[in-house]
Amino acid sequence: MNHRILSLVMSRLLITAITLVIVSFAVFFATMMLPGDTATILLGQAATPEAVAGLRTAMHLDEPAVIRFIRWFGGLLTGDLGTSYANDMPIADLIAGRFINTLKLAGVTALFSVPIALTLGITAAMMRGSLYDRIVTVLTIGVISVPEFMVATSAVLLFAVYLKWLPALSFANEVHSITDLLRVYAMPVVTLTFVVSAQMIRMTRAAVVETLNTPYVEMALLKGASRKRIVLKHALPNALGPIVNAVALSLSYLLGGVIIVETIFNYPGIAKLMVDAVATRDLPLIQSCAMIFCVGYLILITLADILAILSNPRLR
Amino acid sequence: MNDKITNWTKTDDAMVENAIRRGATRRELLQLMLAGGIATAAGGLVLGNVTRAVAATPVSGGALKAAGWSSSTADTLDPAKASLSTDYVRCCAFYNRLTYIDQAGATQMELAESVESKDATVWTVKLRNGVTFHDGKPLTADDVVFSLKRHLDPGVGSKVAKIAAQMTGFKAIDKQTVEITLANANADLPTILGMHHFMIVADGTTDFSKANGTGAFVREVFEPGVRSVGLKNKNYWKSSGPNVDSFEYFAISDDNARVNALLSGDIHLAASINPRSMRLIESQDGFTLSKTTSGNYTNLNIRMDMAPGDKKDFIHGMKYLINREQIQKSALRGLAEIGNDQPISPANFYYNADLKPKAFDPEKAKFHFEKAGVLGRSIPMVASEAANASIDMAMIVQAAGAQIGMTFDVQRVPSDGYWDNYWLKAPVHFGNINPRPTPDILFSLLYASDAPWNESQYKSATFDKMLVEARGSLDQAKRKEIYNAMQLMIAEEAGTVIPAYLSNVDATTAKLKGLAPSPLGGQMGYAFAEYVWLEA
Repeated sequence: MNHRILSLVMSRLLITAITLVIVSFAVFFATMMLPGDTATILLGQAATPEAVAGLRTAMHLDEPAVIRFIRWFGGLLTGDLGTSYANDMPIADLIAGRFINTLKLAGVTALFSVPIALTLGITAAMMRGSLYDRIVTVLTIGVISVPEFMVATSAVLLFAVYLKWLPALSFANEVHSITDLLRVYAMPVVTLTFVVSAQMIRMTRAAVVETLNTPYVEMALLKGASRKRIVLKHALPNALGPIVNAVALSLSYLLGGVIIVETIFNYPGIAKLMVDAVATRDLPLIQSCAMIFCVGYLILITLADILAILSNPRLR
Repeated sequence: MNDKITNWTKTDDAMVENAIRRGATRRELLQLMLAGGIATAAGGLVLGNVTRAVAATPVSGGALKAAGWSSSTADTLDPAKASLSTDYVRCCAFYNRLTYIDQAGATQMELAESVESKDATVWTVKLRNGVTFHDGKPLTADDVVFSLKRHLDPGVGSKVAKIAAQMTGFKAIDKQTVEITLANANADLPTILGMHHFMIVADGTTDFSKANGTGAFVREVFEPGVRSVGLKNKNYWKSSGPNVDSFEYFAISDDNARVNALLSGDIHLAASINPRSMRLIESQDGFTLSKTTSGNYTNLNIRMDMAPGDKKDFIHGMKYLINREQIQKSALRGLAEIGNDQPISPANFYYNADLKPKAFDPEKAKFHFEKAGVLGRSIPMVASEAANASIDMAMIVQAAGAQIGMTFDVQRVPSDGYWDNYWLKAPVHFGNINPRPTPDILFSLLYASDAPWNESQYKSATFDKMLVEARGSLDQAKRKEIYNAMQLMIAEEAGTVIPAYLSNVDATTAKLKGLAPSPLGGQMGYAFAEYVWLEA
């Protein structure tokens, strides 16, 4: 068993490294295709040809892009992310604080959404066809259909503007106590929970329902096992594979795709940082953010696979 | 009578307040209100409200929090590179300029005690005594020379490199005196030095993230794309000092989120509110709107070197056909001032107030179109989202034309690439021009025969001569006279129709006092932090 998992992790690591190189090339070429460069964008309306040429020389943007890319990549291998074109600050400094913010938000959201989603999904599957199941299904589909900016804006209007219970903005750096934490994170976390739970609930329900239809569950039922035992001991371990995959996919979204929530609550996370970087054609920053999203995604998917293998005796 | 006048809104209050600050007489104000449908008795009440607002005394203390609309990792504390409104606000809080432009559009001294010249070519700047930078270093002539000279270095990437290029010589005469030599005479130098990019930094500064200036606030936190915090400068050289103890500024790019943050009490000021949100704010107590018209406009350009604009009568006809009031009221939802076909806004000192906008007169327009022989032909007119509100304006012109048998074919084109592909190129099209501080810059950029952005291809030797004459003249009365005549020439002769100057509206809590409109732009010309105060 251990050997199998070890080799899986090793091969995954290898694939991860290769994927990262491919992604970084793809991002590089995509950035190159965008019109304008950092010098023209920083100068804006004042971008006369002489001014652009001068600034390009001063920023070393006149070197061939491929050379700049190779230099950045070399730096990456030695752990140096380079400096931002737009403001000359080390990329590591720019990313560090905001990445921690993103992790905090993702962590708190996962803490709430995963248990809620699993409970709702499993119970709905157990009571398949009941009124409860139908209510859960209708609500989840409703939540999937409502865009997150709608949820977020409505929450702000209700809780911040009319009731004045919570602040409309979420400044992660103003958290000094548990109460602060609850106040600052309440609305973004609720919004994100809405977004990511729906998918997980649907997948969990489907997976559990499917296993509940299998002959061995019927066998367990005939043996006289309790309903709880049937679901938790017999059905769930076999349904775990698809469930953890759905959870991993939903959580990877939290790492880089929460731009709307970051914008509406003015939360200084990493998704907005990457959008800024694209707007200023800040190649090293775009690359570094892309690497982080990619690594995060691959880690989550690998974890999901390992969990799926561990839970499935046939694969062990 | 109560405080609620039914058809009178906070926007109207802001308009009256704006007029008072600009020095309108009581009679003019009452006219303004009659136009707004307010009886004279109620008008007195409104006047009472706003004059109280203008005359209040500052209170000190409090932590000011405000939000703009644009911010990114490219945020900078280097005044030369400032490009977003957020950068302007921060630079105004941490640095000072040699001069500044006041509410009436006149140039006042800030770090300079005087900026003088005998021939408008060699200028002597005398600095104020006793001004220190945040790190304790006193302000000297060397700092000024360094601050101005760096705009000429292409590596700095200055936004005003082109304007600064006319400064050819810099000399520190003594500790408090600087001599600036210009390539050609330009009487506008004091005003140009009041532009946000010409803030004074300490000699030899290379790292601007500390914002070591002479300004009202000392930098405490600066995170590009996130926020900045400034603490009150205890040694500030202006005795009036900043009123608030600290100033936090950040951007909320989403319009609704910015308004919601204001309504929930998280921030004291939300900059640049859109008309839809304005209604939301007006429906609640405890909030005020501040309206600024700083000279941004959307105009209809008719190229005079191509058909149909090569016939003068077509241009005249268009100036009568454009319904300015309807554009102001419906296309711009009241957030505009009516324009008189020339680029200088009413907030500018040199605005020609005697030049009346042409009244909407379809019959006169028809007469001119007939004379030009275009009646009955279909004239293509290019509009785009890129030029603010131009599609609505085009529709209004089209509808007015239909009534007199004139067909306009409105061509709606995408924003992307509009400025490269249509602007300055199509025979009849819309443009959008940002505010510029002096008539000279506007005229040289837009109307001189060799102007790079000559939107209607207007060419006049007399105009060019007047431009050079006014630029070199130190006699302000004479300049005003020349600029008035030039505005008249543009309104009558050029092929640009400027129906309205667009306004910007900032929303604040009623606790925030002292915010005044400025010709340099919203948020009190971006310098509000130093002047406003928070009432308990």
